[in-house]
Amino acid sequence: MAQVSLNKIRKVYPNGFEAVKPISFDITDGEFVVLVGPSGCGKSTLLRMVAGLEDISEGALSIGDRNVNHVDPADRDIAMVFQNYALYPHMTVRKNIGYGLKNRKIAAHDIEAKVQAAAKMLNLTDYLDRKPSQLSGGQRQRVAMGRAVVRDPALFLFDEPLSNLDAKLRHQMRIEIKALQRRLGVTSIYVTHDQVEAMTMADRIIVLNNGQIEQIGTPAEIYHRPASTFVASFMGAPPMNLIAAQGHDGRIMVGDMALASNNIIGPVTMGIRPEDVEIGPDCEIPFTVDIVEELGAHRLLHGQVDGQDFTIHVAKDVALSAGPIRMTIKPEAMILFDAQTGLAL
Amino acid sequence: MKRAGFTTRWLPILLLLPQLVIIAVFFYWPAAHAVQSSFYLEDPFGFGSSFVGFDNYTHLAQSSEYARIAKFTLLFTILVTFFSLALALVLAVKADNVIRGAKTYRTLLMWVYAVAPPVAGFIGLLMLNQTWGPLAELAKSVGWDFKLGVNFADTAAAMVLVSVWKQVPVNFIFFLSGLQSIPKSVREAALIDAKSSFRRFWDVTFPLLAPTGFFLLVINITYALFDTFGVVDVLVKGEPGNNPMTLVYKVYVDGFRGNDIGGSSAQSVILMVLVLALTIFQFRLIERRIHYT
Repeated sequence: MAQVSLNKIRKVYPNGFEAVKPISFDITDGEFVVLVGPSGCGKSTLLRMVAGLEDISEGALSIGDRNVNHVDPADRDIAMVFQNYALYPHMTVRKNIGYGLKNRKIAAHDIEAKVQAAAKMLNLTDYLDRKPSQLSGGQRQRVAMGRAVVRDPALFLFDEPLSNLDAKLRHQMRIEIKALQRRLGVTSIYVTHDQVEAMTMADRIIVLNNGQIEQIGTPAEIYHRPASTFVASFMGAPPMNLIAAQGHDGRIMVGDMALASNNIIGPVTMGIRPEDVEIGPDCEIPFTVDIVEELGAHRLLHGQVDGQDFTIHVAKDVALSAGPIRMTIKPEAMILFDAQTGLAL
Repeated sequence: MKRAGFTTRWLPILLLLPQLVIIAVFFYWPAAHAVQSSFYLEDPFGFGSSFVGFDNYTHLAQSSEYARIAKFTLLFTILVTFFSLALALVLAVKADNVIRGAKTYRTLLMWVYAVAPPVAGFIGLLMLNQTWGPLAELAKSVGWDFKLGVNFADTAAAMVLVSVWKQVPVNFIFFLSGLQSIPKSVREAALIDAKSSFRRFWDVTFPLLAPTGFFLLVINITYALFDTFGVVDVLVKGEPGNNPMTLVYKVYVDGFRGNDIGGSSAQSVILMVLVLALTIFQFRLIERRIHYT
């Protein structure tokens, strides 16, 4: 267990492509940090640099109190779970889990005890003598977890470990991984492009875009106070509504409606989460419903405000069909972004 | 899976016919003929032949010369197979690690593949010529008085050297593609699990190369036994008497030089049985056991 510190870490490929712009952040002991962002945002590259699978072009990386920039992956005291599990196909589950220990000169009976303990924790005891090809996707995922857990490392690295599983299993494994990490208290970095995984598992989320940090914060902060329009539209399903507005005379105008009071002058982007809207006949803003999306537990109304796309989240008992209705926005839930830079004001 | 069918019965037969004819004319017919000839003693000048039963075979079994050549062929096959596989594996592992200019290296290493066996033999002849061959000079400079075509062991060494040189590129291509088909993440997982590159190679890379390796093993044994004919022919041409030769070359020498068609056919039949055994070995044992995915 250890804290991890990244100081101006940068990755430039030989062809000149800057995959990761200088990034700095610290992870405290036992923290579960999720790196989230779209494909090509540099999240996997960043993780692989921490693992030692990619060279760090610039900057300093330390795990515990030790600078590990030039330390071999095997000596960094890390364990990694890969997207496609990366199990050794010719080894049994027992050997797969024990291989890292065997190479660290641990006595055979200690390895067996540790492997048994890990297998018990992951419900793999009955499968120890099988080869990976004889296991289901979920079981392989568990073996990959076992291989990480058994080492008792200072740091867990997860590279999209759940993206090869079906939706139901993914949900289950998400909870299991989180529970396991809680129990073992091992500092973890988890990379995903799935914002639901990020929200549900993280102690702290780091949102990356174009090799840069867009925002660092707890899931609640990221969700409710996004630092930029990118974060606002990336996190949350459906994403935050972003509509163009004008600040003028102390008010924020959308078309000819004043939706809020603020002293900003000029064009702004207004962000409202779909669930921060109320509808009712006495509300002030006209809204045209185009499509009602039935999700069982709730409904989504897709429509338009002043000609701009807008989505409203309503309870399952609100019966509606396409057509004009009226809505109001909770003023405290509204976030204003700079229309040019996209940053929160 | 859906199977496409033909509307008429004769069309597929017609389409297969050219291939069937080629196999029949160039493989089955000569093979049958060889089996038949092996039971006859043929007049060297073509004036008829007489049935001798298993005489040709018993002669071979009692011949000390045949035993000597069989022993040499075995040693030759082991050496050629081992060195071609080992060198190719080393080169493939090294080429796989090269990042810059990888394609150029690989092309250069594969180049020799295009050289025909007799040409390879001829190049060997030039390189190892005892009066002016550069490799013979090199051998002399370290105190090895290399005499190609005169000294048995030297000629044998030349045969192994040229045969290996000729076969390494084929093995290299297969090993390299075998290495590249190992998932990158599996190697990365090994990188985290094991610090020593030696351990990673023997524990992870090598076992995953085993299917390729066993396939190449059979291919190389077949190569050393049969396809080295051109190399052997060029290196011992003119004076096969005291020089090393392989079983296949002896078939040629006895049949076409010695005009002993019966004895030569019997040797061919023995080799055919050997190939059959190797093929069964490959299909039964290897294809079934070495399979991971």
